Amino acid sequence: MVINPTHAGASALAAFLASTVEFVEALTVVLAVGGVRGWRDTLFGAAAAAGVLAVLTAILGPALSFIPLRALQIVVGTLLILFGLRWLRKAILRSAGVLALHDEDQAFQKNRDAMLKLGAAGGGFDAIAFGAAFQICMLEGTEVVFIVIAVAAGGAGLIVPASLGALAAFVMVAALGLVLHKPMSRVPENTLKFIVGVILSGFGAFWVGEGIGVAWPGDDLSILGLVVGFGFLGLIGVPLCRAAASKAKGAQA
Amino acid sequence: MGWIAAIAREIWGLFVDDLGLAIASLIWIVLVWLGGQWLGPAAGPSLFAGLGVILITSALRRAGQ
Repeated sequence: MVINPTHAGASALAAFLASTVEFVEALTVVLAVGGVRGWRDTLFGAAAAAGVLAVLTAILGPALSFIPLRALQIVVGTLLILFGLRWLRKAILRSAGVLALHDEDQAFQKNRDAMLKLGAAGGGFDAIAFGAAFQICMLEGTEVVFIVIAVAAGGAGLIVPASLGALAAFVMVAALGLVLHKPMSRVPENTLKFIVGVILSGFGAFWVGEGIGVAWPGDDLSILGLVVGFGFLGLIGVPLCRAAASKAKGAQA
Repeated sequence: MGWIAAIAREIWGLFVDDLGLAIASLIWIVLVWLGGQWLGPAAGPSLFAGLGVILITSALRRAGQ
């Protein structure tokens, strides 16, 4: 099986960056829960979620190979476009000051306060710690699984570089979490979301195009053109949205 | 059953933030698909341009609220 190096590199990068954002969000909650209610059942909950996701991926991954490639490209490409444009739109609005930036410290404090309100954990199995860690890891992990499958769906053998990208993100975030023992508030989450939104939108448009029979100029190089194009749109979108927001505020005043 | 609803809501939220953006993107993809033969080599650039306009319009609409 010959793996296209352009696709492989872009798949690995997209999976790494997107997964980093998701793992950082999951780590914030796991740290808040574990710090208040103890680590044993918190880590048990996180590991259980990882196990469920691994089983789901093991079932769904091979099942995708039974779907005709063009149908898969259309469906997954469309989902990638929706996912990528959603992230890109949010990143534009946050950069323009229309939406507040995501604050990991604030999220950590909010989750910590919620855990403190529930009182101290007893000596036995702590269902609250287990449930909270399981839920956040399932939710963020589902996004990671989707991203890995989606960026890998358009070409043969791409599941390996995409999975390695996500695995590298997990190892990096887990290691940093172990060392720092606090939320990673200095991770430039919005910049990452902007970049990931741009890459996923580019990939999505390319896969959909391939699926519906578009003859892309330059074939695979079109992915690069699409990524640059969406990046340019994102960059010009920020000042445009800032101006629109300021005009709307002026009209209200 | 509450957790199933919560996961369903999360999965929906993965793809849909602004319903208008999602619907317009889907409609544009279908239009380019249907008009692919007529558009010829312009189909790819048309797909990108339409999605770009939809994205910026959606962001500007939210910024102007």
